[in-house]
Amino acid sequence: MKDIFILLFRSKRFIVGSILFLSVLLFALIGPMLTPKSPFQMVGGLFSPPSDKFILGTDNLGRDVFIQLMYGTRTSLLIGLTAGIIATSIGVTIGSIAGYKGGITEEILMGITNVFITIPSIVILILLSIAIKTRSALVMGLVIGITAWPWAARAVRAQTASLKTREHIDIARISGFNTFEMIIWEILPYMFSYIFMVFILQFSGGILNEATLSMLGLGPYQTVSLGVMLHWSLLWEAVRTGAWWAFIPPVICLSITTFSLMSMNASMDEIFNPKLRRG
Amino acid sequence: MKNPFIKYLYQKLVWYLVAFFVAVSLNFILPRLIPGNPVAVIVNQMAVGGVQSEALEKLYNTFMQEFGLDKPLYMQYFEYLKNVFRGNLGTSFMLYPGRVNDLIGRALPWTIILQVPAILTGWIIGNLLGAFSAYKGSRFDSVVFTTSLVFSNIPYYCLAIVLLYLLGVRFTIFPVGGGYGFGMIPTFSWHFITDTLYHYILPYCSMVLVAIGGQAIGMREMSIYELTSDYVNYSRNLGIRDEKIIRYVFRNAMLPQITGLAISFGTMMGGALITESVFSYPGIGSLLFTAIRQSDYPLIQGCTLIITIAVLLANFLVEIAYGFIDPRIRAVQLGER
Repeated sequence: MKDIFILLFRSKRFIVGSILFLSVLLFALIGPMLTPKSPFQMVGGLFSPPSDKFILGTDNLGRDVFIQLMYGTRTSLLIGLTAGIIATSIGVTIGSIAGYKGGITEEILMGITNVFITIPSIVILILLSIAIKTRSALVMGLVIGITAWPWAARAVRAQTASLKTREHIDIARISGFNTFEMIIWEILPYMFSYIFMVFILQFSGGILNEATLSMLGLGPYQTVSLGVMLHWSLLWEAVRTGAWWAFIPPVICLSITTFSLMSMNASMDEIFNPKLRRG
Repeated sequence: MKNPFIKYLYQKLVWYLVAFFVAVSLNFILPRLIPGNPVAVIVNQMAVGGVQSEALEKLYNTFMQEFGLDKPLYMQYFEYLKNVFRGNLGTSFMLYPGRVNDLIGRALPWTIILQVPAILTGWIIGNLLGAFSAYKGSRFDSVVFTTSLVFSNIPYYCLAIVLLYLLGVRFTIFPVGGGYGFGMIPTFSWHFITDTLYHYILPYCSMVLVAIGGQAIGMREMSIYELTSDYVNYSRNLGIRDEKIIRYVFRNAMLPQITGLAISFGTMMGGALITESVFSYPGIGSLLFTAIRQSDYPLIQGCTLIITIAVLLANFLVEIAYGFIDPRIRAVQLGER
């Protein structure tokens, strides 16, 4: 375990990714504490460009873009985190049971998983979101989480199925472990790094899904998120007005967040799969 | 003995039909979970807009009948299924008495013309780039990999917004949106076609660039696996020319990428829909965007249904193609193994 950390921090890509992610996190956590203003407060003129007073200018209703960005990043991270945790938990539960049990249980569970992989998740997301009228950030995370789990389930099942043939599993079986104990004590600990990578993928996927939904106008209710900021820019023609400060900052924030998560994931992949390591 | 390929096809078809039924059922049930009577809400909105009360009543009756809200739920469901299979998607709320079929029929060709070429180009270039980068290694590989990682993680619509702003608004090289020039009538004239192509470039490029990144990463990874395998070492020791070995590697690494193509259809669709609304491109994405803004449930349902069918169909086609291409599956089908 210690070796893995040494390897991780020797990887340039991992260091860059984690530093970027930490800065986004700090920006979103500490930023809103330092200002008394709310992201909905109208403080300036319509689409006024960046100035000393407003670092990133104001939006179509004269609201401070910089403050929106801090709160928006926080909401997006919260939604992504919720979605990631939920999708990973459902995926790990279904995948490990299917992989360990095998037989008819596996057939049924993986059948359901495959059906939900084939149906485009954006469709389920849109339909679920219009059915839930008052969407808080947490509810949105939940909705995204319960549509994103099939990938996690498929990945975890494959890992479990290959772990199942190891000797320590046989020994545990002789000791009389039941399925539940088996999965908790003998299978999951051996794929911890793998589950963590699945979680990171789901986390970043959750942030992207939030942005997609919000841009379509199905974002969190009475909250600002990065996707909501982009939705406003689309709706009020910020792009064609040339008000770059209203949409470039959320675009950059979104890209940095997903990029940092994905490069952390890619470098972990390289370390846990030595075959990908070169040179 | 039955033809094994037919059996393979048959199995796949059954799964896709199951997925289709689940999707149609979700499409039916979810909008009905909205608290209150959606028809009454819409009619009230129109009443605020100052529509005559007689017309309102007619409107109310039309939609009540179409949704069958006065009947029990299972009857509504069968009614819905019947309509879907007849290809009748109902009447739009916002463009009453416009048919959802007509609205989608008008938007669909635009979406197909934009997305199919963009996805395929991105896929082909991405795979070539990924394989080449894995083979070259060293500096070239690390540059390509990092660039791909950056591009593939920019959401489609983010790149779209940036490109639209830079090349459309800032430097006015390209038009700022729409499928064709303002005030033009779609005809098959030379002028219209060139104008459409001119409007096509930006949305197309923004989608291709992101797709290249994602595909290149996958292909690079697959190729690296292949390059370290025994058959490559063996061929090298035999002194087989590099180009020939690359061809072997490419063909083997390609297989998972074909499944990757099927997978990316679904995810790309989501991003592509928003790319359309960023450019006000007259496709399904922009239609969906307005439909959601206006709470036009029949139109939303129509769009989601069309998207589902498109993605399922694309997946199915890829899966059949895969059956033909992969010699292992082909062997099983032909009963050679």
